[in-house]
Amino acid sequence: MRPIDWLTQVLEVVAALAVAPLFQGWVSQCRAWLQNRRAPPLWQSYRGIRKLFHKDAVIATNASPLFRVAPYVVFATMLAAAAVIPSMGTRLPFSPAADAIALVGLFATARMFLALAAMDVGTPFGTLGARREMMVGFLAEPALLMVIFVAALTSSTTALPAIAERLATGPITLSPSLAFTGVAFTMVLLAENGRLPIDNPSTHLELTMIHEAMLLEYSARHLALMEFASALKLMNYACIGFALFVPWGTATGAEGPFALAAAIPALAAKLVVAGAALALIETASAKLRVFRAPEFLAAAFLFAVLGMLVHLLLGA
Amino acid sequence: MRCESNAHPDPRSPDIAAVTAALGTPLAQILALLCAWIAIGAVGLVRPASLKIAGRTLFPLGAVCGVAIAAIAAAHLAQPPERMELVIGLPALPMHLRLDALSATFLVLLGAASAGISLFGAGYFRVGQGTAPGLLCFEYHLFLASMGFVLLADDAYAFMVAWETMALSSYFLVTSQHRIGEIRRAGFLYLLMAHLGALAILLCFGVLQGGSWRFTFDAMRAAHLSAGWAAAAFLLALAGFGAKAGLVPLHVWLPEAHPAAPSPVSALMSGVMLKIAIYGMLRVAFDLLHGLPGWWGLVPVALGLFSALYGIVFAAAQTDMKRLLAYSSIENVGILFTGIGLAMVFHGAAMPAVAALALIAVLYHALNHAFMKSLLFLGTGSVLHSTGERNLGRLGGLIHRMPWVAWLTLVGVLAIAGLPPLNGFVSEWLLLQAFLHAHEVPYPFVDMLLPLGAGLVALVAALAGYVMVKFYGVVFLGQPRESTLATAHDAGRMERAGLAWLALGCVALGLLPATIVPALGQVASSLGVGALPAGGGSWWMLAPLGPRSISYAPPIFAGTVIAGVLLTVFAVRLTYRRPVRRAPPWTCGGDALTGRTQDTAEGFGQPIRHLFTPWFAMRRSLPTPFDTAPRYSVEIGDRIWRALYEPLAGWVDRGAEVCAVFQRGRISTYLLYALATLCLLLALVL
Repeated sequence: MRPIDWLTQVLEVVAALAVAPLFQGWVSQCRAWLQNRRAPPLWQSYRGIRKLFHKDAVIATNASPLFRVAPYVVFATMLAAAAVIPSMGTRLPFSPAADAIALVGLFATARMFLALAAMDVGTPFGTLGARREMMVGFLAEPALLMVIFVAALTSSTTALPAIAERLATGPITLSPSLAFTGVAFTMVLLAENGRLPIDNPSTHLELTMIHEAMLLEYSARHLALMEFASALKLMNYACIGFALFVPWGTATGAEGPFALAAAIPALAAKLVVAGAALALIETASAKLRVFRAPEFLAAAFLFAVLGMLVHLLLGA
Repeated sequence: MRCESNAHPDPRSPDIAAVTAALGTPLAQILALLCAWIAIGAVGLVRPASLKIAGRTLFPLGAVCGVAIAAIAAAHLAQPPERMELVIGLPALPMHLRLDALSATFLVLLGAASAGISLFGAGYFRVGQGTAPGLLCFEYHLFLASMGFVLLADDAYAFMVAWETMALSSYFLVTSQHRIGEIRRAGFLYLLMAHLGALAILLCFGVLQGGSWRFTFDAMRAAHLSAGWAAAAFLLALAGFGAKAGLVPLHVWLPEAHPAAPSPVSALMSGVMLKIAIYGMLRVAFDLLHGLPGWWGLVPVALGLFSALYGIVFAAAQTDMKRLLAYSSIENVGILFTGIGLAMVFHGAAMPAVAALALIAVLYHALNHAFMKSLLFLGTGSVLHSTGERNLGRLGGLIHRMPWVAWLTLVGVLAIAGLPPLNGFVSEWLLLQAFLHAHEVPYPFVDMLLPLGAGLVALVAALAGYVMVKFYGVVFLGQPRESTLATAHDAGRMERAGLAWLALGCVALGLLPATIVPALGQVASSLGVGALPAGGGSWWMLAPLGPRSISYAPPIFAGTVIAGVLLTVFAVRLTYRRPVRRAPPWTCGGDALTGRTQDTAEGFGQPIRHLFTPWFAMRRSLPTPFDTAPRYSVEIGDRIWRALYEPLAGWVDRGAEVCAVFQRGRISTYLLYALATLCLLLALVL
């Protein structure tokens, strides 16, 4: 391991921590523009988190220690995920510790703790949110794994950096299997991050909310950590997407500091474009009824399966 | 005692010195420990009503024996097979015993998992609940010993005797609360299915001997079967061992019998006995049976995937916590059979490294499931004892009243949901890695369809997470749904020790796969399935297919997450010094929340019921708007039971009616039958 690899590793985690709320702010700004509203400032998410950190924490009388531990676990798993995903360079010292399947496992751990914490107080909304979150999760998780498997079949490994490296250094080809899985991945990203058409991050309407329902009992620092974790999750998903589909610009080999220096603006550019695209998709789609969500996710799963079949048929 | 071993090749002098030398071999030691189990059980019979002897002394002793067996077997894993002949039973039919890597692996499973269950059992059994504790102790230890003998048996007779002892002793354990009619019925169904399965296994051995009419496993290994007979033997084994393991559609007894038993017995049956059936399947498929084309492995893959999905979907709809766990066992058995089939396909396709990987995934998952499912069943046992409730609709909030049970069960819940860095994830990871090579098999269509199985495995694993959130959330979290739960008490010291042992097993299996996988690789190579490439990883880094391809390092992984949690806590503490206030939860302006306002278990399972509606035979009664006393009830049945078993039972009944014509109950009629038979036989002979 060269020092530059360690530098990349540290830089990635720091960047994820620093940029994740900004990315969330950018998406909501784009959404506001598209909806002809005045946009909140870009750093609104930071303000929200800072405000929450300066409040007294109120916890339900019958909350168990699990309820207090969960925000830390969720936050730490998202941070660990950020360390695995090759957003700037592919030679990460930490990457052999966890491949893409373990990464999906990390997301599942976070989801499980979130759902259990939501059930802890025993309010109707918490349990309802937990149930819905798990319903979305059990369909989104296999779809995400299928997307990763297609990429893994292409490069015969499940290590995410190796997949990104293979695609980034190979000749640029238009492969139909990646097109199918790209659609599937986008759908999973929308569902997993509580975005329209599955969930609306800016609503508190009882009958439709999923993610917000689980966080209703949280306040102050715990809520701040949960909000921060969900911003990190969105950022992580975006970076997985970049690694699987558009890895160009990441530092791949033994190039040295210049490649790393070039990787930072490349990542920023990708995030800007991805955020705008996400806002566009969200603005153009209407919220689905909760029971239509499985259909949406089943479609994502089928797209991923189609991608795999196309890959096995055409070898591309 | 005539003894023969590769390490001590001096079989012919039965003098005392040779016997004492032979007692030093691992096989003899394990045999002695199995006999010790039987002896412990027999001591329990001396004072059957005494809880003191059975609980305080005998069960912990049994646990010590279990640990010793596991240790000896683990040390023997890499050794060459060792044999022994015991001259007991029928004349000229000695019992053949053999200890090889495969049986050693399952002995480790039996010993280590049963140690935790015995410890728990020491504190669990009470006086005045059905069978007396001493008798229960006898049946329990006989059950353990018979499973050990199944693993050591090296001929069909010894195997069947041990197998039937296992079935019978577990039948008596299941029906220990025999005054309840439902439990008697469940026990009968179990006995019936166990015997149908045993019949299939007996026939399978009959085919496997291949005309030599010698029923030692050595003769079966040497026999050459035609492809047709090999297929027949394989299907018989699949039916026999599948019935014992609970493979769909032979699973119907499992959700009835496992919940009916006392919790330590449920744990033993789900955690250990199902694995004995898996052992039998592995023994036949990879050791005794030769000449079967590899694509036959697709049958267990298909059945296994279906069982896995079926089991977990039904688990999601259950409202009884032990039935939920029983259905989850069906899911895990499905995953095990999927792995077995996958290993067969790869083995047949001459892909040794991947075949070994699939087989290791099976063995690893068997070990994992033994620990995590035992842990969960024992957790439900503690809940059942302290609340008297099995129904999820009457539980809740127990994490406050029973913190030890709740936190230890949480380990099992996270493990069985397949979350890293616990053990369930490791076997799932290995199986998915094996699936990712499925497109390389040289069969047309199969190479395209088989990789899709990975998607199904992922779906099942994600559903398992759903089911476990439901299980844990409804039992331990939220508010108590009944006022009686306020008096619930935590488990006793022995029970905690048993739970902690199993939870520790889950953590150890999760963190140290890099040392366990090569040990299990010994099994794959000793069965001739294949070997993993050498030099992959170190003690902390699992890289089964060589260093440059795939890797997973659970210690680093776990360390990072834990360090992340600690750092976050530290950072938050550093910047934030505000107090924490306690307040009642927000009630949306209504009255105070009660246990009744929470979601129910039915409600939590509703999305799954909605999505998989055609799978369930549902009987629902909904209230009308004009009901003065509205009631909502839903009853969920198994379609396979109605479609397959009820017609079958009907035919058996009709057949019995036809036979009843001959059973007049009059002695003169029977004498007439005897005379007619005699005349017929005389006519044949003369």
